[in-house]
Amino acid sequence: MSEMIETLEQTALSDYKYGFVTNIEADEAPLGLNEDIIRFISAKKEEPEWMLEWRLKAFRYWRSIEDKEPAWANISYPKIDYQATKYYSAPKQKAKPKSLDEVDPELRETFEKLGISLKEQQRLTGVAVDAVIDSVSIATTFKEQLAEQGIIFCSITEAIHDHPDLVKKYLGSVVPMTDNFFAALNSAVFTDGSFCYIPKGVRCPMELSTYFRINAENTGQFERTLLIADEGAYVSYLEGCTAPMRDENQLHAAVVELIALDGGEIKYSTVQNWYPGDKEGKGGIYNFVTKRGICGANAKISWTQVETGSAITWKYPSVILKGDNSTGEFYSVAVTNNYQQADTGTKMMHVGKNTRSRIVSKGISAGKSQNSYRGLVQVGKNAHNSRNFSQCDSLLLGDKCGAHTFPYIETKNSTSIVEHEATTSKIGEDQIFYCNQRGIDTETAVALIINGFAKEVMNQLPMEFAVEAQKLLAISLEGSVG
Amino acid sequence: MSLTETIQDKYNELNAAAGNGLLGSIRAKAFELYNKSGIPTSRNEEWKYTRLTGLTNKNFAVHTTAVVPTKEMLNNVRLQSEFAAELFFVNGVFVKEISTFTNDALVVLSLHEAADSEYKTYVQQHLNQSSKYMKDGMNALNAAFTANGLFVLVKKNKVVEHPIFIYHITGTENDNVFVQPRSLLVVEENAQVQLVELYKNNGLHESFTNEVIEIAVQENARLEYYKVQDENENCHHVGTTHVQQVGKCFTHCVTITLNGGTIRNNINMILEAPNNEGHLYGLYMVNGKTHVDNHSIVDNLKPNCFSNEFYKGIMDGNSTGVFNGKIFVRQDAQKTNAYQSNKNVLISDNASVNTKPQLEIFADDVKCSHGCTVGQLDEDALFYLRARGIGEKKAKALLLHAFAADILEQVKIDVLKNYLEKKIDERLDIEVL
Repeated sequence: MSEMIETLEQTALSDYKYGFVTNIEADEAPLGLNEDIIRFISAKKEEPEWMLEWRLKAFRYWRSIEDKEPAWANISYPKIDYQATKYYSAPKQKAKPKSLDEVDPELRETFEKLGISLKEQQRLTGVAVDAVIDSVSIATTFKEQLAEQGIIFCSITEAIHDHPDLVKKYLGSVVPMTDNFFAALNSAVFTDGSFCYIPKGVRCPMELSTYFRINAENTGQFERTLLIADEGAYVSYLEGCTAPMRDENQLHAAVVELIALDGGEIKYSTVQNWYPGDKEGKGGIYNFVTKRGICGANAKISWTQVETGSAITWKYPSVILKGDNSTGEFYSVAVTNNYQQADTGTKMMHVGKNTRSRIVSKGISAGKSQNSYRGLVQVGKNAHNSRNFSQCDSLLLGDKCGAHTFPYIETKNSTSIVEHEATTSKIGEDQIFYCNQRGIDTETAVALIINGFAKEVMNQLPMEFAVEAQKLLAISLEGSVG
Repeated sequence: MSLTETIQDKYNELNAAAGNGLLGSIRAKAFELYNKSGIPTSRNEEWKYTRLTGLTNKNFAVHTTAVVPTKEMLNNVRLQSEFAAELFFVNGVFVKEISTFTNDALVVLSLHEAADSEYKTYVQQHLNQSSKYMKDGMNALNAAFTANGLFVLVKKNKVVEHPIFIYHITGTENDNVFVQPRSLLVVEENAQVQLVELYKNNGLHESFTNEVIEIAVQENARLEYYKVQDENENCHHVGTTHVQQVGKCFTHCVTITLNGGTIRNNINMILEAPNNEGHLYGLYMVNGKTHVDNHSIVDNLKPNCFSNEFYKGIMDGNSTGVFNGKIFVRQDAQKTNAYQSNKNVLISDNASVNTKPQLEIFADDVKCSHGCTVGQLDEDALFYLRARGIGEKKAKALLLHAFAADILEQVKIDVLKNYLEKKIDERLDIEVL
């Protein structure tokens, strides 16, 4: 509690904490998007022929739908000029570092400023970090330790070189390149991301994590993450984002694919804190993400997300419950302040028998922001005895923001049970009064109540993230009360 | 010739006959809009689950004048209710000659009469207000054929003691028929009225109704509105009920769907003044191939309003149920209380439900909630009954009857309630009590 007050005070005095630019000589592609750029990216990454073909196929599809950028979401933004973006930028390195000591000192300083010193993490927390600055992974730790168990955890570029069979088999199997506008774009131009494979029956001994960071000006970040938990395997994966302050809008279109084979379990946690733009709504990241997982029999996929950043969030982590007895979960806290817009939610597609899903979504809007929950629960004809429970609550702080709920429920089976409930309210005056009476000032009281409101979701986060996420909530809403 | 082609011809014919004036300009504008937007397809988000193109490609006759039905036909559809005012639409045209309304609290005119009478300002103010919310081709199409509709005024400070029944009769003895009834009802200050709409297809061919009824309720008035659909699988229906609560008032609307082909009911409740109260109830209990789609909009524009929405569905056979409830709370509408609930029971494996309870909130000091469920009958309750010697079929029927009773209770007109209970029990094949 006292720590939170301290944080609030600190941030009240400072601007966006993570807003600084690291001066790294970038190896960049020219502005624009055409087949040559795709070839350039592919060549830069020394990719095999089949990968280039795959990218080009995706690009040609994207070309065919170029005018059909999705407009159904409850967000508005100036039209993005896809030709005015750089699609490749890599921090220059002479040779691949073998240990942390060989990593560019300036780059490492960036991490120190972010408070995620690789060394520290390696020594103290036992978390393996695949750090991504702009688009190329620069260091992967704990790799050897993981390799002992047969776990593959590397950048997707390395995976394309070293494990082409796995990549060929699973890339695009959950999110096909023709899935949507941004997925097609990502498939064509993705530069890096993480790849993880947990072999049969292995329980990954540590939380895997990646830090993403947008660095060079005008560079879209197109991450591609592929996670495979083989039969009976378990993995918990953390993804966290911070980005430097920028005036121009930056585009981020990531694709994450999760595959949990029979009996496998994947827990995917995200804390997203991209630059949300300033108080007038200028700048900020556009975040268009496609995240989807597929469950085999008895498998489980759990998404947890804390969304506090980005000017625009367009993100629907979904689960296809294909196998019998599989489980899908979605826990989300989305905070919007100032002029932020978030349209986020999930899709649970029940295909197999006895499938279960649970959705808990908490939306908090403040300032002049718009916060939407958009979810789909689909129960197929053969999904006997399937069960879904959804709860989405919204909290409004201030009278100029909006909270919206768009739940779609489609049921085709008479033995399944689907429940949805939602509420919208503001913080009760009696609650604030109760705190005031006990000597807690209003701003602290609001932070307290909001943390309580979001607790159900926060509890799902791994330890490493829980503290950071609580601080983030308070920081994001700073100044929105009174 | 498909319906869409017939419409083009008939519009010109009607427009030439009906002349210009107030209604003429509404027609022209609406027809332009219709031509622009066309019949909604499933690509339109509001029509995602309901497809009309199969219907509009069929051959339907469009009548713009009425055929007077026989007395026998009329008796066939009437609910026996003494003293009640009875208004008849035949093939979508209001027929004043056979309607009865001896009440001095009411003014009943055809729309084109009203547009030239002392009540012209009401027509100007309230006619076609629904187009502000319904921007699709179906609403525009009805407006484009506005001529021989119904105008009812409930006079200031009057209580209409007996309900007004509006019967819609479609004669499909010879061919498929497309009809477009249109009504405008104004309830003046301190007035009180009950309104019931019933539909009847007289024949074996298909009928397709595209109805719009607009109701304006003024300060301190009270409106009860019931819409009952119990036709057969040959009867398709797209209907919009637009309730505009102009002053602080009370409304209570119930939509009951027991049978039909493809059915789409839109109901809009616009709370335009502070301290308004509105209730929406609905029951859809369908089987066979019936597709029933209930779309509602509750728009809270001013502070201190209360709205409650409760819809229940029982789906059997190959039927499909759709529920889409929207609640808007505008920035001014502080202290709004808005509730919405939708509960469905699926009885058959071939039935399906799509539900979308939607909230859009722009004010902070509000209490809003929505919920929906899709499930089956409670196993424990079923066991309780069966343990007491009640057969499975009857036990299920009892539970379904109880499920439907929540909505039936909201029907405040005895003759209508008895009629509906009888119909539901017939469907469930039980004699309750």
